[in-house]
Amino acid sequence: MNQVRIAVNGTPRELVVPANELLLDTLRERLGLTGAKRSCDVQVCGTCTVLVDGQPVSSCTYLACDADGREVLTIEGFAEQAEFAEFERAFDERAALQCGFCTPGFVLTLKALRDAGELRSREDVIRGLDGNVCRCTGYKSIVEAAEMLVGEPAAPRGER
Amino acid sequence: MSTAETAAPTAPADRIGRSGARKDAGPKIRGRAEFAGDIDVPRMVHGKVLRAELPHAGIKSIDTSAAERMPGVVAVLIGPELTGFDPYWGHAIKDRPILAIDRVRFRGEPVAAVAAEDEAIAEAALREIVVDYDELPVLGTIADATADDAPLVHEGELRPGLFHGLGELPAREGNVCYRYRLDAGSVELAEAEGELTVEGEYEFPAVYQYAMETHTVIADFGDGEITLWASCQHPFLVRAEIADLFNLPIGRVRVIVPYLGGGFGSKSYTKMEPITAALSWKAGRPVRIQNSVEESMVTTRRHGMRCRMRTTADRDGKLRARSVRLWLDTGAYADNGPRVCATAGDAAPGPYRWDAVHVDASCVYTNTSPAGSYRAFGAAHLQWIGELQVDEIARRAEIDPLEIRRRNLLRPGEPARPDGSGKPLDADLVGDVEKAAAAIGWGEPKGDWVGRGLAVGLLAAGAHPVSNASVRMEADGSVEVNVGTTEMGQGARTVMAQIAAQELAIDVDGVTVQGADTRFTPYDRSTGASRSTTLAGLAVQRAAADLRERLLETAADAWGIERAELEVADGVVRGAGREAGYAELIAQRFGFVGGELVGQGEVRPEQGSGSYAEGPVFWEICIAAAEVGVDPETGRVGVERMATIADVGKAINPLLVERQDEGAVLQGVGNALFEEMVFEDGVLMNDTLLDYRVPRIEDMPTQMTGIIVENADGPGPYGAKGCGEGAQAATPAAIATALADAGVPMYELPFTPERVWRRIKNLKEDDRG
Repeated sequence: MNQVRIAVNGTPRELVVPANELLLDTLRERLGLTGAKRSCDVQVCGTCTVLVDGQPVSSCTYLACDADGREVLTIEGFAEQAEFAEFERAFDERAALQCGFCTPGFVLTLKALRDAGELRSREDVIRGLDGNVCRCTGYKSIVEAAEMLVGEPAAPRGER
Repeated sequence: MSTAETAAPTAPADRIGRSGARKDAGPKIRGRAEFAGDIDVPRMVHGKVLRAELPHAGIKSIDTSAAERMPGVVAVLIGPELTGFDPYWGHAIKDRPILAIDRVRFRGEPVAAVAAEDEAIAEAALREIVVDYDELPVLGTIADATADDAPLVHEGELRPGLFHGLGELPAREGNVCYRYRLDAGSVELAEAEGELTVEGEYEFPAVYQYAMETHTVIADFGDGEITLWASCQHPFLVRAEIADLFNLPIGRVRVIVPYLGGGFGSKSYTKMEPITAALSWKAGRPVRIQNSVEESMVTTRRHGMRCRMRTTADRDGKLRARSVRLWLDTGAYADNGPRVCATAGDAAPGPYRWDAVHVDASCVYTNTSPAGSYRAFGAAHLQWIGELQVDEIARRAEIDPLEIRRRNLLRPGEPARPDGSGKPLDADLVGDVEKAAAAIGWGEPKGDWVGRGLAVGLLAAGAHPVSNASVRMEADGSVEVNVGTTEMGQGARTVMAQIAAQELAIDVDGVTVQGADTRFTPYDRSTGASRSTTLAGLAVQRAAADLRERLLETAADAWGIERAELEVADGVVRGAGREAGYAELIAQRFGFVGGELVGQGEVRPEQGSGSYAEGPVFWEICIAAAEVGVDPETGRVGVERMATIADVGKAINPLLVERQDEGAVLQGVGNALFEEMVFEDGVLMNDTLLDYRVPRIEDMPTQMTGIIVENADGPGPYGAKGCGEGAQAATPAAIATALADAGVPMYELPFTPERVWRRIKNLKEDDRG
């Protein structure tokens, strides 16, 4: 068992977890944050995506211990931020979701891309979302929603 | 079905035909939408399943003692414990034990189940179970299973399940569990007279639906009562099958369906519910079983198929006869194989006028994982083959592919089945295919290694026409729609809300639609076969109209005015110079603050029994046009332009219709170009998403055009009919015909770069020879 300190959605947490516990299980089973979903288990589908220190990671293959001392942002946390409204509006307006299982993963990946200044064009969208699978939409609507979000980061890094 | 008895409200028809926001968008974008795996039930334990390592073997012994002794293990269940009742299930054929009994028939078949305090313990306990197998010969392919001396996957008589719905089950012939035949006219005569003949043998792969949410069930087996929270498309059929299996009255089984993380047919009928319920019975506690992707891949899949087809025509391109022999690999258990087989048989002729047709379709048991429903089943299997042959006839007759279709396609009202049975054609196919062709620049000049193709097909849709719904108005005028449709991404809750809002002349925002809880939600047969908008939607329309009548009656009684003088508009009842809001009328009716009004709606077969042969409820149109580019050096196929037709009668929510078809196109692209479950001797070789590739964002066609056709010719509300499946059958077919137009006719799906490259090489060698 390992003791870890993780800031989850801005709240510091001290947790005792087995060395082999996956961050996805910590979030879902221990903290009740079920927005990140389990699907492929092999880092292909992106439905378990959360941000660790601002970087998108597949929490299904990321050890909770490795998040020690880091900041984790899940969709529940992002949904509380002012910037989220723009993402919600884009996905809603373009009906860029169907079953919704993959949607939080796409939203968080797009946020990370934009924060990094890598959401400038349709080409960026296609490249940046290659690690997220959606089986329902055919992607066209997601590209349309993402194009509505193309632009500069809402605020420079480190100021949020 | 007719909507005549539901007089339309006098308010403008502005709640339907509008692309309003999805009702479920907020919770889904915020990650708050609840799926089965997100639910925690008090006292719940976690179940894991030990699956067979061999595709076919006798079970000599199972030793569970070490697993049972492990701390944290609550229960271990194996097949031999399932005594005192009939432990076999299967909606089409009752061929499947809850857990393997004496024998395993496919690799991945559940052999034992463990319930433990957490998943890690359950998984560790699985490793402690020792199974002693006796290997048996493996029937890994259709050829193996249909060989003269093939051993039987199942001994004894086949027992029909509760919902096979296909008339009398014929006796099993060897490993063929179901056979569907379609005959019209004399094929022999027509073939003798025809001047052009195209003939070929074709292969269609097994495909994984990949609903991103894997099969997930929580079962609580209490005292003579079972509650299930299940990721299932057909809660009412699951309820009946579980009640039948465990000898309970239907009302003592309760199925609650949260949001589904995709279905596409993979969650139709019963899947993981029996084993989860049985494990809960043994554990005496609620149990959750959540499959891994690897497990869901062997829970259900699309049927692989072999097919021989021959098409005969006159020299002028007049189609004369089609003869089809096909075999579907349904795996070790029938699942929905019989209906897939019948639907494939119906799709085999294609929507053309024939002198004669002969179709013989067999559904075959093998020692592979069971195959069931996947979006546009049957049509997806056959359309690409039939359309390739129509195009080859056109090429030999020197007619444009669009022109040969104009000449031979069925017209509305003509029998869609060549034998004249069932529902006649209910769509304008010629108009539709012309629109699709125009959208990809049909007839424009094109370069080398570029091809354009068309595909037209029909899919028997609607399944059994039984749906009920109720619509409840609360004292404050807010409205709840209670309908059994499962929201699995298609937008059903949004569309149902729009229909209710339209009938009640209120804002869509004022309507709530929940998932099914069979204890309270009125019966709806199923969510599949593109039936929800058409049938459940019609039940909702009728229920809302019934509620409207209650409001009008209330006002008529209160005001002493004839009902005929009143109407609803913008949330009020008005007439004879008076007007009152709905909340006010409810308060008047009950004399106090409180009460409610409920409307009921029912849809049932208007004549006959609603059987498969009498149907379908409607023919779903499968039409697409594609432009592809081929790289002859690598064999890589790129889909440049893709157009699909949503011939929906009336689009209740046009944006959602388009979105459905976009999704179907991408699944069709996967099916056409790379998706394939590879079995070797009954062993699935690519059982993770690392090895089984699904379409990613880069696989999007360069241009996708979704065309909505609204001829109000459907049996649903406002003339609507279902959609969302047709494009999945039509997409691989249009890619196939486009590829043939580029000079590369293919006989085996998927059209991987390697296969295409080899085909190009062979064609070149043939040219030289």
